[in-house]
Amino acid sequence: MYDMLALYEAKDVQDAVRLRLEHPEAQIIAGGTDVLVQMREGKRAGKALISIQKCDEMRGVSIDDEENIRIGSLTSFTHITNDPIIQKYINVLGEAVDMVGGPQIRNAGTIGGNTCNGVTSADSASTLHAWEAIVEITGKNGVRRIPIKEFYLKAGTVDLKVEDGEIQTAILIPKASYDRTWGHYIKYAMRNAMDIATLGTSVNARLSPDGKTFERVRIAFGVAGPVPMRAVTAESFINGKAVTLENIEEFGCKVLEDINPRDSWRASKAFRSHIAVESAKRCLIESVKLAGGEL
Amino acid sequence: MAKKQYALVTCWINGREVEQMVDVRASLTDMLRNDFRLTSVKKGCEVGECGACNVLIDGECFNSCLYLAVWAEGKHITTLEGLTGPNGELSDIQQAFMDETAIQCGFCIPGFIMTAAEILDRKVYYTDDELRKLLSGHLCRCTGYENIFKAVKKTMLRRLGMLDDPYLNS
Ligand SMILES: Cc1cc2nc3c(=O)[nH]c(=O)nc-3n(C[C@H](O)[C@H](O)[C@H](O)COP(=O)(O)OP(=O)(O)OC[C@H]3O[C@@H](n4cnc5c(N)ncnc54)[C@H](O)[C@@H]3O)c2cc1C
Repeated sequence: MYDMLALYEAKDVQDAVRLRLEHPEAQIIAGGTDVLVQMREGKRAGKALISIQKCDEMRGVSIDDEENIRIGSLTSFTHITNDPIIQKYINVLGEAVDMVGGPQIRNAGTIGGNTCNGVTSADSASTLHAWEAIVEITGKNGVRRIPIKEFYLKAGTVDLKVEDGEIQTAILIPKASYDRTWGHYIKYAMRNAMDIATLGTSVNARLSPDGKTFERVRIAFGVAGPVPMRAVTAESFINGKAVTLENIEEFGCKVLEDINPRDSWRASKAFRSHIAVESAKRCLIESVKLAGGEL
Repeated sequence: MAKKQYALVTCWINGREVEQMVDVRASLTDMLRNDFRLTSVKKGCEVGECGACNVLIDGECFNSCLYLAVWAEGKHITTLEGLTGPNGELSDIQQAFMDETAIQCGFCIPGFIMTAAEILDRKVYYTDDELRKLLSGHLCRCTGYENIFKAVKKTMLRRLGMLDDPYLNS
């Protein structure tokens, strides 16, 4: 039995918005793999919950009219990994969420929950930042879309206005972002399964048609700061440069100018900085290979 | 405390349609154990780490401790009890756990076997590394995993008609 004050079950998105306006003190529960654990631990004990588990319109991956990849916020990690659209256009996202917890957690956990928790170590977050995902939010005033960077306000807090009854309904990857782009994710953790990332690194690259120049490289980290972040100095260094190992080496070193990891019981700042440089290089090398470039 | 809140849940458990009033605060583990006496569903860590409460929901594995009982509405749920034959005959994967001595205290086994059931029903060949990853959501404190792994692998090979392959079955 959970120490829960009350449970409100939303039938669909509109119902969820209505319930949120009616019960502003209640918290949203999607897959429950964060919320129920925290309720058990006491952190969320005694709270009222609004369940969106049955809002099935928020599940699944599709391509919308503007050619965005649209991932419903309730889509589970397993369904993202197995989805043919994801595999074709942004396989790295499927690979990244396939490193969350273990199989049962990947069946229950949703990408909406993984981003709305505002957690820097979330395994989808660095890849979504590196691919400049757009977050779709639905509330009493309709739908608004914001870049994922702006969605994260600070550690544990995202831009959802309870007073407007807002919930996250989808994550979009624009065509300009996924077109001719390949990426790689490295989760550095102590164990291969059931462990939280010490550092997460996601890189993607688009090369010139002859494969010799970096047309656009994007990199984002989880656990390199209080929220997931891009490494813009490293990006602007490499963009337009020739595809060579020397440039990739330099790119790796440049990330230190962007990131701000901390000491924690999991790892020291020095160690995180070290693996950030190494992961950045390895991810970019892998991305170049996937993009058909030569090194 | 606020007034107690109940909800009626209609679902299929091990192939049988059932109706049950549940306290909305109940987990699916609570419902399966307390209301249906399906005690193969173990209460272990109750925070999604150990896998002892794992059941199939519409063919996918979930830790029932992190699943509200009310969410079971309309779902097909399978527990270990649902794998046995009408007269309690063991399924091939249960028998394999015995044959490989993948058993000791028994607490983790129902969870492991339900994950195995999901994997094996796909009728796909998995490499050793893939199988290990697919089984990684369970903790066992006695056997050391190797026999469990062998039981699942052998059942996979047997179902695929590959058990006699000396290269694969090593
Ligand atoms: C054993 C275990 C291992 C784990 N391992 C990992 C791991 O390796 N990597 C990792 O990244 N995570 C891990 N997690 C954490 C968790 O599984 C993920 O963060 C998951 O994505 C949460 O999704 P959920 O649907 O279960 O979220 P919930 O628990 O339902 O919700 C999480 C938060 O988001 C809010 N929320 C959810 N959906 C919405 C929405 N649509 N609109 C508005 N607010 C919303 C909730 O109010 C809550 O604050 C693990 C959890 C467990 C129990």
